[in-house]
Order: sequence, then structure tokens, then C-alpha cells
Amino acid sequence: MNRIKKLFQEKKDILSIYYTAGYPNLGDTVAIAEELERSGADLLEIGFPYSDPVADGPVIQASSKQALDNGMDLKTLFAQLKDLRKTVSIPVLLMGYVNPMLQFGVENFCKACAEVGVDGCIVPDLPMVEYEELYSPVFAKYDLSNIFLVTPQTSEERIRKIDGLSNGFVYLISSSATTGKNLQVSDTTEAYFARIASMKLNNPTMIGFGISSKETFDKACKYANGAIIGTAFVKSLSADDVQASVKQFMKEFTL
Amino acid sequence: MSLLNKGLKNKTMNYFVNEKGYYGDFGGAYIPEMLYPNVEELRQNYLKIIDDEDFQKEFHQLLKDYVGRPSPLYLARRLSQKYNANIFLKREDLNHTGAHKINNAVGQILLAERLGKKRIIAETGAGQHGVATATVCALRGLECVVYMGEVDIQRQAPNVARMKMLGAKVVPATSGSKTLKDATNEAMRDWINNPVDTHYIIGSVVGPHPYPDMIATFQSIISEETKKQLIEQTGNDQPDYVLACVGGGSNAMGMFYHFIDDEKVKLIAVEAGGKGVDSGFSAATTVLGKEGVLHGSRSILMQTEDGQVVEPHSISAGLDYPGVGPQHAHLFKTGRGQYVSITDDESLQAGLLLTQMEGIIPAIESAHALAYLEKMNFKGGENVVVCLSGRGDKDMDTYMKYFGL
Ligand SMILES: Cc1ncc(COP(=O)(O)O)c(C=O)c1O
Repeated sequence: MNRIKKLFQEKKDILSIYYTAGYPNLGDTVAIAEELERSGADLLEIGFPYSDPVADGPVIQASSKQALDNGMDLKTLFAQLKDLRKTVSIPVLLMGYVNPMLQFGVENFCKACAEVGVDGCIVPDLPMVEYEELYSPVFAKYDLSNIFLVTPQTSEERIRKIDGLSNGFVYLISSSATTGKNLQVSDTTEAYFARIASMKLNNPTMIGFGISSKETFDKACKYANGAIIGTAFVKSLSADDVQASVKQFMKEFTL
Repeated sequence: MSLLNKGLKNKTMNYFVNEKGYYGDFGGAYIPEMLYPNVEELRQNYLKIIDDEDFQKEFHQLLKDYVGRPSPLYLARRLSQKYNANIFLKREDLNHTGAHKINNAVGQILLAERLGKKRIIAETGAGQHGVATATVCALRGLECVVYMGEVDIQRQAPNVARMKMLGAKVVPATSGSKTLKDATNEAMRDWINNPVDTHYIIGSVVGPHPYPDMIATFQSIISEETKKQLIEQTGNDQPDYVLACVGGGSNAMGMFYHFIDDEKVKLIAVEAGGKGVDSGFSAATTVLGKEGVLHGSRSILMQTEDGQVVEPHSISAGLDYPGVGPQHAHLFKTGRGQYVSITDDESLQAGLLLTQMEGIIPAIESAHALAYLEKMNFKGGENVVVCLSGRGDKDMDTYMKYFGL
């Protein structure tokens, strides 16, 4: 069974961590994954960097730029992930923008994901219609999940459609924002989360964007199967001792 | 429109947008979900709003009384003698605020009002689109934020001052090459963070569908007028050539629009060659680019093998962009348009030439189109229309330095 499906069947309050491949140092990608698994993360989202990340705030923009300057590209990333499954057993998603994936070739990309044991992708600027008409058969062929985003402005009709096309989980963006804004759980966000919960989607949900601490994580878990931390984790990474900084960051989640 | 319409009957190639938002292989709406509701709202409403009688009346009234249209079509006599052809200049430089950009800004502000938007954002390169947007916001009393690359803020200082005086907030884009591409990224991020009452006035025929089609429609006034003026002046509304510079491609698309289906009219699009297309400092997208996705549409863009966008170079801020609009990509790929490039040096020389032969100081962007006349061999008697997209006031600093004036 697909590692993502299994995870959601077995666990609640799933902690997913996003980080940028090749940051802070080019060779840190797998070491960070290993340390995150040891420190209690349930799911990983490894970002492949892009020069023009429009959905990202300053922290992830900077990590992407640093990663590119370090020499990261998709070829390098797949080479680094070659032995991923020897040391990492939790599900792994790749997250990034559509253009590098198109240049790599969507079929090649999916094939490479399957070969190294990546379980799915999040590609925020890949339109749903293009995915549905052109790429979903390719994703299916390699048993990859494609994760779609939903925002407070997404219509119910569209959420149903997204749920129908999803096979993994639905990614709820806490508020319409670029990454790195702090989550403010106001009445309107609560109403939004409650509205989604009452829709009884086929797929589990994860809340992301603005989750920065154990406190915001716990809040998010009240409304969804788990939550995703990105910016706060990326910000905490220290180039000098990556493993120690990962451990330090994860401490509050394993108490 | 009925398929039996003249001109469409025998047409084998469609150069305009289809119902899915594509021009051949190019276009679409490659946007994160956060932008979907706004872009979808626009897609569902733009044709309805633009076709509305009340909108048309207000749009054309403003173009006439506020912008000063129709802009003249001027037969440049001395230039015509020099090149042995009838060189007509479509004088978009005489528009209020000094460039073609105002045509689109007027159209979009009226549209934004009808969508109930209260806040306007824009990106700008040369500052002409920023000024045009700040101008229409002042005119209609709407809040205005303009994103501009830090490098461009320095090289187009007069336009920054104008925007500020018009009441706009000018926000420097400090990422990447700190030019137009990065300003566009920042504007998109702003729109993501302000999903409800903000309208993003994109300044060129780029961005997710329906922007390229909407902006081309607003700019099509350029070729609509040109056809009428050619009839008046020559008795023939079919020129042999039309030329325009291409940054994202809005003045070119406006200049081409009503000629696209008339294959007798040759369309020449002039890109910025920078220091030379092979120098590593160029913005000649169709030469250096490959198919890919940037700023919400599939088009041609300058990129590495890994799909990272390459930072372009042009002396002219308005052409310093690594992509072209999807309709241009289609015209290029189908061969309907001829895409050529002109270097920084050639454009500045052409700017000086026009100034001293016709008494018109052109924007450096527009000077790229003029410079290509030098490379064409006319038999004599051809009718040639060049889109003079803007005036050179904003570029005086660059001209002065280059020519040591
Ligand atoms: C005078 C002028 N011409 C041309 C351009 C290039 O834009 P486009 O290709 O959209 O016409 C600009 C952009 O700022 C401009 O100011």
C-alpha cells in the first residue's frame, strides 16, 4: 500500500515538515530527512527549488535561491535521493513549481520519483485541468499522489472536484497568503476549517501555511488530520550543524 | 461571432485565444490555488464587461478626452527618404503619460470598478505602466501600489517621482535581477496576500488567461485607428509591414491585432538583443528561450536546462524581461510573425537618429523597433508602420550618458 494512505490510516495529528533540497548545504538533503524521521516527523515535503517562487514568502525564497546557488537541480536531487529508502521509511513528497518539472519531462519526473521511493508531489502552479487531462494517467502509472491546495476562497464545488482528483490528502491553506505568515486562528479561519470538516471529504486533510510552533500545530490538529511546518523549520536550520539544528527544532514536538 | 464572417471563412489558423485560454500550444492559467478565485472571476466576467455598451462608451470617451486619442499616424518624411519607403509612425508617445500603456490601464481600471475592487496593484519595468496605473487610480480615487525592480527604480527615476506624486506607493523588488520579472513576482505575491478587494493590473500581454487576451483587446485600439488612418492617408488599409518592439509584447500585440488575419501584412516584432544575443547579456527571448511556464502562462522563456529562469539584460527597462506573451509565442512558432532583435547600441543610435531627423525623442524601447528599419531592404514605395510606443523623457539620463551630451 502507498505509504501516504497507510500513514493516515494509522495515525492522527500528523506532523509534516517542509524543507528545501540543497539548503543550507547542497549535500544536506538526505541527512535532514533522516534526522527528521528520528526526531518524530511523520511526513516530509522536500522542496525542489525554483528561481521565481511566487507562492513563497522571503524565507523560502531565500532558501530556494541559496539551494540554486549551491548547485541544486532536479538531476542532482534525484541522484541524492537514490538510496533514500535505505534509511528513511516515512512518506516523502516533492514540492515545487511546474516549470522545472516540465523541463525534466513529466513522465521522466514521475518515473524518477517512483524509482527513488518518493510517494507524491505538490505542484502549486500546475493547473487542475492540465493535471486531469494530461498528467493524471502518468501519476497513476507510477502510483504517485498529487496533492492539491485549497484556500478559504475555494468554492465548495471546486473542493469537491479537488477531493475527487486527490489520492493522499487535501492541503488546506490556513489563509490566502504566501508562505511564512503567522497563523492567526480567528473566527473566520475557524469557520473555514469547520466548513471543510463538515464537507466530509473522501481524503484526509492537512493544514499548512503559518504553522510555526507546537502551539499552532496543536490548534491546526483540532481541525484536520495534521499540519505542515515549513518556514519556521527552514529558518531554524543552521549550515554549521544541520543535524543539531533539526534536533533542536523538533524537541518541542516530541515532549 | 458567426463563422461565416468574412475573413474567418477560409481561415485555417487561429491566432487568437481559444475557449480553453490557449493560443496553439501556449497560454493557459498556471497559477497557485490562492490566485484561482480572482483569475477565475476575471475570466468569467471580462468579455461580458468589455462588450457592455456602457463600458464601451466610457472607455472610448476616456481614450478620447483623457488620453488624447486617436493618436496621430505620422508620415515621417525625412526617415522615409532615408529608407526609401513610406515610414509611418503610430504616435503612442503622444498619449497622456507618454506611452501605449495608458490604453490598457484605462480599460482595466473601468473593469476593476465593475468588479467592485477597491485596491489596485501593478508591476512596472520602465515605469510607464506604473505611471499609467497610478494615473488612472488618481483619476478614479483608488488605492495604488506599484512594484518596481530596484535596478529599474534607479534607471527610471523620473517615473518613480511621477508615481509618488500621483499618490501611488512604489515598492522596490529586491529579489533576483531586481527588474521587471521580479517586480511581477512581488505583485503576484501581493495579490495572493490580498485575495478579496484587490485587482492586479498587469501591464503587458503576459500572465494567466484571460490577461493576455484582455490586454491585447484594450491595446487593439492602436491597429484599429491605424487602419482608418491609412485609408485616409493612402487609400489602402493594408500596409506592407508593421513593426513594434516586444518586452512582454503589449504594444506589438496592439499594433498587430487587426492585421493578424491579413497574411499580406508582414508582422515584425523586435526584441532586445542587449549586448548581443550571444553575449550572455540579452533579452532576445525567441532566440534564447525555450517553451516553459512563467508568470502564469505557458510560453517561451529564457531558462536553464533545469527550468530556472535566466536573468535577461537590456538597456531598456521595458524590454528587460525573460519571456514574451503566449500569443507572441504562437505567432513566432507558426511563423506568422517575424521575430528579430536589436542591440543596446543600435537602439540608442536609432533613438538619436529619430530625434535629429524628425524632432521626436523616442523611448529606448520604441527605438528598438526603429532600429530594425536600418536592416530592411525596401524596394521603394512600401508602406511601413512603426509603433512609436513611448516618448524618451524617462530615458534622458541614459541618452545623455551614452552620447556624452
Ligand atoms: C515605451 C514602452 N514601449 C514598450 C514597452 C514594452 O512593453 P510591451 O512589450 O508590453 O509593449 C514598454 C514597457 O515598459 C514601454 O514603456
